[in-house]
Amino acid sequence: MNKVCLVGYGNTKFSRENISIDSLLLSATKSLFEQNTNLNQKDIDAVIVSTNDNTKYLAAILSEIAGIKPKIAHTVESLCNSGANSTVSAYSYIASGLAKVVLVVGAERYDSPGQILDWDKSRGEFKHPIFWGSIFTKSHKRKFGTTEEELAIVSAKNHKNAQENPHAYSHKNYTVEELLNSKKLTEDLKVSDCSRSCTGASAILLASEDISKKFSSHPVKIKGIGQKTVSAGFTKNANFSCMQSTVDAGKMAYEMAGIKASDVDVAEIHDAFTVCELMALEDLGFVSHGKGAKYVKNLFDTENRKINPRGGLIGSGHPLGATGIAQIIEILQQLQGVAGKRQVENCKVGLVHNMSAAATSSTVLLLES
Amino acid sequence: MNKFESELKKGNFIISECSDCKEIVWPPSNYCNKCFGHVKWRKPSEIGKLIEFSKKENVNFCIAEFEEKIRIMGTLIGEIISPKIGQRVKLKKCGLNDGQFNFTMALI
Repeated sequence: MNKVCLVGYGNTKFSRENISIDSLLLSATKSLFEQNTNLNQKDIDAVIVSTNDNTKYLAAILSEIAGIKPKIAHTVESLCNSGANSTVSAYSYIASGLAKVVLVVGAERYDSPGQILDWDKSRGEFKHPIFWGSIFTKSHKRKFGTTEEELAIVSAKNHKNAQENPHAYSHKNYTVEELLNSKKLTEDLKVSDCSRSCTGASAILLASEDISKKFSSHPVKIKGIGQKTVSAGFTKNANFSCMQSTVDAGKMAYEMAGIKASDVDVAEIHDAFTVCELMALEDLGFVSHGKGAKYVKNLFDTENRKINPRGGLIGSGHPLGATGIAQIIEILQQLQGVAGKRQVENCKVGLVHNMSAAATSSTVLLLES
Repeated sequence: MNKFESELKKGNFIISECSDCKEIVWPPSNYCNKCFGHVKWRKPSEIGKLIEFSKKENVNFCIAEFEEKIRIMGTLIGEIISPKIGQRVKLKKCGLNDGQFNFTMALI
């Protein structure tokens, strides 16, 4: 099996702009080519598009407008973890020998159809994500005594981290008090507890390790992959204070990489809602269950950027199909030591956690410099 | 429209149960997700238990579980002072209007 490295990236600013999906895909691809001058269109064996947009044949469309004639071209759609899942597909093509170099581009518009899963009849009329976010939050509060202030600290930390992310949707800084006073959406969720759907695109380049130095002086290895889908319907979650798909995906990734949670220096965590960051930190073994809030408060108080250094989904915005790719880019930059003011010192091992549809599916990647 | 949806449209809540292995198939489907056997349709118990709840403005919503298997989200009506997890609930109303599924439960 060929070893696989991340060797390049391209970013766009996240916004609420009305931009067509093909323009978004091309912008991120253009950015990637501009930052990787050794890359030629002819080098690319496969093009994978990550999106929930309903436009058909997007990988072929992107290939044509970017002057690429790949062997393999297709779209990956898996709601909010489309990005990490498309990267797993890219990994598999290279590991199997079907491709040497794969371009993965994620893009989404602010009005993405991927925000609601119509199929899930068990949600009744409560289909909007704020309802499952409320149930998770209520359940975590009930089991562990999590407070509104502890949730507001997650949001404050991620908004603060996003200020140094030039591609973030918002650069506003908030005090914990301001966030505690933000508009209530439900008994358990405030506006400040929620990530926001937006427009954006991100691109990454993967290559077989044996040719990775052609494209990057500092390739980053994909050491571990874990994926688990427990169901499609939200109400099938066994309990609502723990995300079982994340537990399972994390275990698989750690086992494949031979890495423990305590070895991870920097992580991108899928904070769709503030409680999701606490739950994921617990489910991935960074802390025991119920200790996530204390852990995050310590990061906030000490200005430690270890978790969600680019600002997470809450600080950066959440263009669904691009989110997983943007998370991977952040860890890639951190491990290459080029994250600028966001840089976490001496990091060698990074983790990406990307999930979808009320944690019914999770993907965990472990990267090493 | 399958049988579940056509009955729900009439205000009847029915579930699918495998004719072969007796597994309750939820969400409803024409085939068993354990053995792929054909299903038969039946009314479930209307009495379930409260799994979790929250509130948006003046609307209480919850997840309730019926027959230890079927979990649905719906509106929780009636006098709700301090609901307890595991407390018994009754399915009071259900429907399908303009593609929108809805379930209404009450604490008992």
